Formats: sequence, structure tokens, C-alpha cells
Amino acid sequence: MEGFLVALVIASTPLLFATLGEIMTEKAGLLNLGVEGMMLIGAVAGFGAGYTTNSPVIAVIAAIVAGGFSGLLFGFLTISLRANQVVSGLTLTIFGAGFSSFLGTNFIGLKMSESFITSFEPFKIPLLSSIPIIGNALFNQDLFVYGGMIVAILLGVYLYRTRKGLNLVAVGENPSAADASGINVDLYKYVHLTLGGALCGLGGAYLSVVDVPQWQDNITAGRGWIAIALVIFVAWNPIKAIFGAYLFGGLSIIGFRLQQYGISQSLLDTLPYLVTIIVLVISSTRNSKDNGPPKGLSVPYFREER
Amino acid sequence: MKKLLSLLLVLGMVISLAACGQEATETAETAETTETTETTAEDMVVGFIFVGPVGDGGWTFAHNEGRLALEKELGVKTLYKESVPEEQVVESEMRNMIDQGATAIFATSFGYMSFVENMSNEFPEVAFFHCSGYTQTDNMANYFGRMYEARYLTGIAAGLKTESNKIGYVAAFPIPEVIRGINAFTLGAKSVNPDVEVEVVWTSTWYDPAKEKEAAITLLDGGVDIIAQHQDTAGPQQAAEERGAFSIGYNTNMYDMAPKSHLTAATWDWSGYYIEQVKAVMDGDFASHAYWGGMNDGIVTIAPLSEHVAEGTKEAIDKAKEAIMDGSLVVFGGEILDQNDEVKVAKGESLDDGSMLGMDWFVKGVVGSINQ
Repeated sequence: MEGFLVALVIASTPLLFATLGEIMTEKAGLLNLGVEGMMLIGAVAGFGAGYTTNSPVIAVIAAIVAGGFSGLLFGFLTISLRANQVVSGLTLTIFGAGFSSFLGTNFIGLKMSESFITSFEPFKIPLLSSIPIIGNALFNQDLFVYGGMIVAILLGVYLYRTRKGLNLVAVGENPSAADASGINVDLYKYVHLTLGGALCGLGGAYLSVVDVPQWQDNITAGRGWIAIALVIFVAWNPIKAIFGAYLFGGLSIIGFRLQQYGISQSLLDTLPYLVTIIVLVISSTRNSKDNGPPKGLSVPYFREER
Repeated sequence: MKKLLSLLLVLGMVISLAACGQEATETAETAETTETTETTAEDMVVGFIFVGPVGDGGWTFAHNEGRLALEKELGVKTLYKESVPEEQVVESEMRNMIDQGATAIFATSFGYMSFVENMSNEFPEVAFFHCSGYTQTDNMANYFGRMYEARYLTGIAAGLKTESNKIGYVAAFPIPEVIRGINAFTLGAKSVNPDVEVEVVWTSTWYDPAKEKEAAITLLDGGVDIIAQHQDTAGPQQAAEERGAFSIGYNTNMYDMAPKSHLTAATWDWSGYYIEQVKAVMDGDFASHAYWGGMNDGIVTIAPLSEHVAEGTKEAIDKAKEAIMDGSLVVFGGEILDQNDEVKVAKGESLDDGSMLGMDWFVKGVVGSINQ
């Protein structure tokens, strides 16, 4: 059981980062379907920088910069050029897959050095890690896992408890009203899109730098799409995202442990999506404001057209 | 009105021009085919359709090595397309290659089969090769390798090495090809260590390094000390390396990816077949066929044994390899029991290709179920 929980948290971490990134993006009213592409770009940048410099810090920074830059690219297309967001997002996914594969050709089959790997080894947080059952899973992990939890909490506080965060929510809900009250809508969108992209990049880098740790083409294997479903599942709430990511991460690996009891792996693979559909149905029938998407989601904002 | 008329006129002109152009190319094509029966290396274009990225370090990587060897050996031009889904689009990819002059096309995944068949009917002058399928037309051959022979040898390495007598096997999907591999591996392991058990976990993925690694960790948590795999990534190797266990690779030599755990790997070498067949197409003596080559042809083999193998492994494997190659050892030769102790292959008999290709049962010693 404990082994399963430890594995669950590891499997959830890339999902958590990507989900938080997409929440931040969507809160700004932008539907970026390019999560998978941004994750891949972050993954290849993180691995490449880490391998060439042998520095974990530079690997993380590279993933953040590369992810952020891909978010910025999406912003340029959709905010400045007002291109269709769905199409731009899909393009970003395809671009990310191809571009990361192109950059990654030199990294195939390479391994990080021992010293690099040890810097991302799990370390215990005193006291907390001795809590029975969940202690090891939550408080005896690597830096990324802690980082994911901290970012989620910070993002929650930011969105609901700070002026800037509320401004961001206003930009996503009703950009013209936000504009009228003196908020720089485009700037908000650009900044949060870039930060969101950086988080997605970190999610991808967790796979290539810490979890696997190796570069393989298309290493994310569809996790970006699960993250998009997760955003809806957790109703755009970063704190709920922690639990949502644990649930989806757990569902993705529980099959291996249930096979001996004769439960079908294929059936279990459908569960994350099934759960998302059910949540969508429930939240749409309740029609509550808190669980809905930002009103301005995927609507391009053009001041002169108000 | 004048404008409309002139527009119509222009349109008409364009269409007639296009028609002329088409005719011209058509005549050129027929002229070409009648003129040349033998193609020189410079004119020869070979297309490859890959299901994954060439950087997967696995299945597609191995095919791509074959392609590179072909280019080097014969000096022909090759085209390839990576990560082509097993859907209708594969037809347009092939059409595209034929437009670029390809006269031989290798499609390297099972799911391409029906599309390759369609294309072979549409382009009778092009030679099609489909990997791991079973249909055949006048100009569409199918080819595959007897990977189970190499699996049997890797099983010997695992059987000699294991101390817990429990070996883990991370497998993709319960299809005959995978089941055959697991069975051959188990038979090989049991041939040197009758107490061995092989625990199977299905991942329902061919290509998800993080997930496949997690599957291997599940097995290691359950007490296995060697990990074998039928996956296209090195994820399971990584798990073994991290946990201080040992591993058996697949597709290519995976030693570099897990130098502390890698014992050996069951590997593909497509280069021989590709060179031979493209030569045949160039010389104009291509004939459709169903090819299922084994170790004798060198299409399957095992990677060099690493320094971690148990003592006596080399001798045992060499002996078995020789016996398989001269036919004195048949991998699926009786007596073989299944998981329920029923005799599946009687003493003195062996499975024919048909029952091997449709295998849907596990031999005794495998822990796991197929009905997923």
C-alpha cells in the first residue's frame, strides 16, 4: 500500500504541474490546448541543459524558460494576432512534438551522470515523513514533488486572496469590464500565459530529468491531454488540482497492482476520462458559478470591438 | 458581365493547361516503365513508414538502423515518415512516397496491413512489404522474425541469474506475438532453472516510458529480481537499474541505458532482409512472399552478454543457440504444459507456425492472465 502511494505521488507530479499551468492560462481567458507540446519542449530543454552542463539548477531553469517561451509564442498568436485559440493550441502541440524530437536526436540513449541523479533523490522532511501510511508518500520525495504542492498552494492563495489574482480572474471572466477598471488586459494575459507555459515545461521536465530520467521522443505520452481534462475536473481550482492529480495519477498506475485480482487494465485506462465526463455532467446540471469555466475563455479580446 | 466572362475564360484555360500537364506526365511515366526493367541505385527510391519516432530506442529505432544500412550498402535513396498512426492517413503517406518515385515501400507496423493491401492493388508496379501481418497480394509481401528464438536465449540468461526465482515481465498487450515471447522466455528460463516463475504485468501501452517503468517497479516491489520487457521504451530497464536489480532488454542493445542492470537483450536486425529485398526489386526479380525468418537468417539475435551475467551463461546460451540453429532444439517442442497443467504440446511433437501465430495460452511457470 505504501509503495503504491509513493508511486502514485510520482505519477501525479507531471500532471499536477501541467494542470496548474493550464489553470493559470485558462483563468486569463485563454484556452491553450498546446499543453502536450509545451511539456515536450520543457522536457527536452530540461534534459538537454542538464546533460550538457550537469547542473540540476540550469536544467530546471531551461525547462522553465523553454516552457515559458512556448507559452509566449501561443500568446503572440492568440493575443496579438488574435488567431483562433483552439487551432493555435493544436498547432503548438504538433510543433512541440516535432521540435522536441528534432532537438532530442542528439540526446537519444544518453544518461544523466550519477551526481546529477542524486540531486533529485528523495529526501525526508523530519517529523512529517513519520506520519503513518501517507508520510512516506507525501514527505519523503524529490524536490519536484514538493515544488508541485507548494506551487499549487501559492497559486490558490494568489487567485483567491490577492488583488493581482482577482484582477486575473476579472480578465478571464469579463475582459472589457477589467479593461474599463484600468487593468492592462493584454499584459495580464501575456504574463500568466508565460507562467503557465513554464509550469507545463516543468511538468515535462519532471519526466525526462527525474522520473525516467532519459530523453525519449514523445516522452509525455498524452499526459498533456489528461491535464486539460483535469483542469475541468477540478473546476479551475488549484488546491483541488492536487487531489485531482493524485486521483488521475493513481488511476493510471493502479492497474498494475490490480491485475492479479483479474481486473482489466483496459477498463482502468478509461477511468480518468469517464470520471471527467461524469464530473462535467454533474457540474453542468448544477450550473454553479464556482465550478464553471471563466466566462471569457477562448474569446479573443479586442478593445475596439467592445 | 464582361468580367465574369473573362474570368470563365481564364478558368477554362487553366483547366485545359492542367489537363495537358497531366497527360504529359502520364506518357512520360509509361515510357519510363517500358524502358527500364533494371533500376540503378541512383534511381531507386525506397519508402519506410514507421509507427513511432526513430528516436524511440526500440522498435522503430531498429527498423531505422536497417534503413540506414540499406542506404549505406546499396546507395539507394530512402524516404521515411515517423509516427504514422495506424489509420487511413498511412495511405496518403504511401501515395506521397510513390509520387516522389518510391518503387518499394516497407510499412513496419501490424495496423497498417489493410491500408497497405489497398495501396498494393492501386499501384501494381510498386513492391510493398508489410511487417508482422499476414495478408499477401501479388505485389505485397509480409515479413517478420522468429523473435521467440532470441527470447528463449534471454530466458536462459535470466534463469541462471535469478536468486529469488521470480522474474518480472513487463508486457504491452495480450496479443499472440507478445504471448509467444513470454512463453519462449519462460521455457528458456525453466530449461536451466525449473523452479523459476515469470510474473507478467500488462501496461496497455507500447510507448510510455514513465508508465512502463512504474509497471516494472510494481513487479520489483513484489519480489522479482530480474525484469524482462516487451515494450518499445527503456522504462523497465531504468526501474531495474534504480532498484539494483537486473534486466533483459528488447528490440536493441539497451546496455547504455542501464549499464548496471542490463544482462542481454533480444534484438532485431532488419538490415539483411531489407538489403536483399531491395536488391531483388532493383534487379526486377521481386516476388511476393510471406517471410518469417529466424536466428539462422540473423534477423533476430541477442545483444552481447554484459559483465553481470551469471557464470556459465555464455556456454549455456551458445549451446542452445547452436541447437536452435541446427534444428535439434525446437523452442515450442513437447512436452509443454499450460498454466492449468494441461498438455498443450505432446512429447515428440512441436507447434506449427499457424498455432504459434495464434497463440493465446501461457505455458506453466507464467504467473498472470491473458484475459485482460
